[in-house]
Amino acid sequence: MKSFTGKTLRWEWRGGVIELTLDHLPANEIGTAMLSELEEFVAAFGVLAPETSVCIVASARESVFSAGADLRELYNKAAPLPKEERLAGVRDFVGRIHAVFNAIDAAPFVTIAAVHGVCFGGGFELALACDIIIADKMARFAFPELRLGLIPGFGGIPRLKRDVGNAFIRDVLFTGRSINATRAHAMGLVAQLAAEGEALRVARGTASQITKFDPFARAAAKDFVKPIPLEELRREFELFCELCTSPAVMAALKKFVEDSGPMPYLP
Amino acid sequence: MRTQQQTTQEVLDLAAKHFNVPAESLAPEDDFFKKLGIDSLQTLEMLSRLENHFGIELPDYEVQGVSDFKTLAERIQSRL
Repeated sequence: MKSFTGKTLRWEWRGGVIELTLDHLPANEIGTAMLSELEEFVAAFGVLAPETSVCIVASARESVFSAGADLRELYNKAAPLPKEERLAGVRDFVGRIHAVFNAIDAAPFVTIAAVHGVCFGGGFELALACDIIIADKMARFAFPELRLGLIPGFGGIPRLKRDVGNAFIRDVLFTGRSINATRAHAMGLVAQLAAEGEALRVARGTASQITKFDPFARAAAKDFVKPIPLEELRREFELFCELCTSPAVMAALKKFVEDSGPMPYLP
Repeated sequence: MRTQQQTTQEVLDLAAKHFNVPAESLAPEDDFFKKLGIDSLQTLEMLSRLENHFGIELPDYEVQGVSDFKTLAERIQSRL
């Protein structure tokens, strides 16, 4: 399927490059609807891969790449359930997310996240699954999970550890603060900085360079330089699911979901 | 080194320019959420603009609960 338009995203193949565009109101939150369509996307890799050199992941929403997991959906589905069913639901959802992000991580073509605006939590984890992050100067990255009593659960910590130094990771995780694109670039997380509103254009230029290369050499290089940290991903998954059952998490999510102020509750 | 007054004025000017509000309508004590009519995403956008303009990092937790330009400028001043 060379093009697809769903409820939360769309993709289009053209000249060896796939553009996957997240387009889900209000802030490209990753819930069950987007997850289902991401599963359709990775299922199409078998058809797309032989003719694809690059995939660009971008956002159609103003001011946001993705705000991360759909916490409202997560809370509203989990709250009425007994603890065991809640845990089973979380394990199913997060397990499916891991399968999709692992497929993107290992995609047999080069993946570029073209980031503008907010790139938080699960959105940040999606960008980290890509091979190259190109960010405009207004992009912001954060793992706010600890502020809700959680850790990143979509593979964020192992993938961040793969790319940058541990001191930086501790700062980002333990404070929950967001960092700007300039800082992310200085830390080696962002490969290329673009002017405001220019990340997608820069990503397309980068893609056109990558399409010139021999596909076998390109795939071999990717295999060599970007191993997937499967054991750490498994441990993160288990820890995330364990923390999810904590009453403190449900209480924090409740406050977050019910906060109607201009800035949602975060401690 | 900027004075506190200069920093506050630059914050007001930057907010007016990027959120299309007349500069003369903004005062240091104003609630920027109400005055600019901004939501959480736009607040983070403002944070990025301020960091880029002043060449600093301003952690979210330092501006958590801040809603007026004057206090925001004080937080920035402490990072210059």
